[in-house]
Amino acid sequence: MEIFDVFLLEAVLNGILLGGLLALLSLGLNLIFGVIDVVWICYAEMIMIGMYAVYALHVQQHWPLLPAMAAGIAIVALLGGLLHQFVIRPVLAAEPINQLLVTGGVLFFLQAAATLAFGIEFKNLGVKLPPVAIGEMSFSFPRIIAFAVALAGVAATYLLLTRTYLGTAIRAISQDRAIMPLMGVNPGRIFVVTSALGGALAGLSACLLVLQYDIHPAIGLSFGPITFLICVLGGLGNMLGGLVAAFIFAQFISVGGYLFAIEWGYVIAFAFFIAVMFWRPQGILGRK
Amino acid sequence: MLALTGVCAGYGSFQALFGVSLEVKAGESVAVIGPNGAGKTTLLRAISKLIDLSAGEVTMEGRSLKRVAAHEVIARGIAQVPENRRLFPRLSVEENLKMGAFLPAARARFGERREYVYALFPRMRERRAQLAGTLSGGEQQMCAIGRALMSGPKLLLLDEPSAGLAPVVVQSIMEMVKRICAEGYTVLIVEQNIRQVLKVVDRAYLLETGRIKSSGTSAELLASDEIRKAYLGI
Repeated sequence: MEIFDVFLLEAVLNGILLGGLLALLSLGLNLIFGVIDVVWICYAEMIMIGMYAVYALHVQQHWPLLPAMAAGIAIVALLGGLLHQFVIRPVLAAEPINQLLVTGGVLFFLQAAATLAFGIEFKNLGVKLPPVAIGEMSFSFPRIIAFAVALAGVAATYLLLTRTYLGTAIRAISQDRAIMPLMGVNPGRIFVVTSALGGALAGLSACLLVLQYDIHPAIGLSFGPITFLICVLGGLGNMLGGLVAAFIFAQFISVGGYLFAIEWGYVIAFAFFIAVMFWRPQGILGRK
Repeated sequence: MLALTGVCAGYGSFQALFGVSLEVKAGESVAVIGPNGAGKTTLLRAISKLIDLSAGEVTMEGRSLKRVAAHEVIARGIAQVPENRRLFPRLSVEENLKMGAFLPAARARFGERREYVYALFPRMRERRAQLAGTLSGGEQQMCAIGRALMSGPKLLLLDEPSAGLAPVVVQSIMEMVKRICAEGYTVLIVEQNIRQVLKVVDRAYLLETGRIKSSGTSAELLASDEIRKAYLGI
C-alpha cells in the first residue's frame, strides 16, 4: 500500500474544482430565497434556458463564443426579472406551498418550451478543450475555467452586497422589509433587481456548464436537486453556508466516487445530507 | 413647514384618526402626546405615506403629499425614526447609517454627514463596525436617530423614542432630542411619556381616540387640569 495516493489527491482537487461550480450554482438560489423568501424550484431550468441561449447564438447564429455567453447571461437576468414581476409578485402574500407550486409550474413550462424550440436531441457547443496534465494527474480544462470564473462570480457578488448601496439595501430588505420606504427604497424595485441578479448568476452558471455538458430539455433535473440540497445543507438563504456546503458536498461526490464507484459518491453525499438534517435541521450555518 | 388638515386614516375597516389637523412650523419642536392606542403612530405612518389617508390632506412646505409614494416622502425632506427603532439588526452601525443615506442626493454627502452623526453621538463611532442588533436600547436609539439624519432632513419624525427603555435611559434620550432640536432640526415627536417630552418641546397636541383634544405650549399643557389629572397623576 502506498503512503501517498496521487489519484486520491486528484480526486480531492477535482472535488475542489467541482465545489467552486456548485458554490456558484447555489449562490443565486440562496440570494433569491434570502431576500425574497421564495424558492425558485425552476432555478435549474433557468440555467437550462441560458445553456440553450448560448448554444443558439454561438452554434446556430454563429456569434463568437464570448459575446454569445454575455448575451446568455443578460437573457437569463431578464428572465429572472420577468419571473419575479409576472409570476412571483402576484403570489408574494400567498402560502409558501403555493409559491413552490407556481415556480414548479414554471419548471415544466420552461422544459416544454425548450423541447418545442430545440427538440429532445442532445446539443453541444462543439468546443473541445484538452485536459490539463500535472504529473500523473489529469484535470478537465473546462472545470478549471469553471472553478476560476465561479469564484470570481462569488467574489463579485460578495463585493456588490457589501460595498454598494444597492447591495446593502438587498441585505437590509431581508431583515426588515416594512420600513424600507422610510429609507427612500422602493421594495418592489429591489426585489426585481435581486431577481435579475439571481438570473444573471444562473446565466453565468449556464455558460460554465455548457462547456462541460451536452444540453437537453431535462438537464435541469441533473443539477437542480443537488443545488437545492446544497442550499438547504448550508442553511437556506445563507450565502456563506451555501459556499461551505458546496465544497463539502463536492468532496463527498468526488472522493466518494473515487474510493468506491462514481454512483456511490452521490449516495454518500445524500446520506450525509440526511444525517445533517437530523442533527441540524436549519442547516450548517442556518439561523433557527 | 408641515400641515395636516382633517386627516382620517385607519387599517381596513378600523378607523384610527378622525379629522386630525395640526401644524409644525420651521424650527419648531412639536409633540403629539396621548395614551396608548390614541392613534399617535398611525398619525406618523400617515405622514410618511406608509398608510393611505381616507380623507384630509398632508402638505410639506405647501406641497401636497397626496400623489407621493411612501419611498418618495424622504426626498421631500421628511425622515422618520420608527417605533421600536427598527434598525437592521444584522447590518453594522455604519451600514445602518448608509441605508439612511440611500437617496442619490444623500450618497454624495455620506462622509460628511456620517462625521456629523459621530460627532453628535461619539458612542456610535466606537460601535461603528458592531451589528446594530447587539447594541443596547439607548445606543440603538442613537443609531436610529443618526440613520434618519443621514438623509439631511428638514423635518424629523420621532415615534415613541422612549418606548421600552429604562427610566434612566429615557432621560438621556430626551436629552438627545433636545440636542437635535437645538441643532436647528424641525421635530415632530410622538410620545406617551408626557411629563418627559413636555420638558423638551415647544408645543404639543393632545391626541385621544384619534382626535385632537387640546393643544398649547408645553407650559400651558403642563399647567392644564385636564393633563395633570389624566396623565400626570397630580
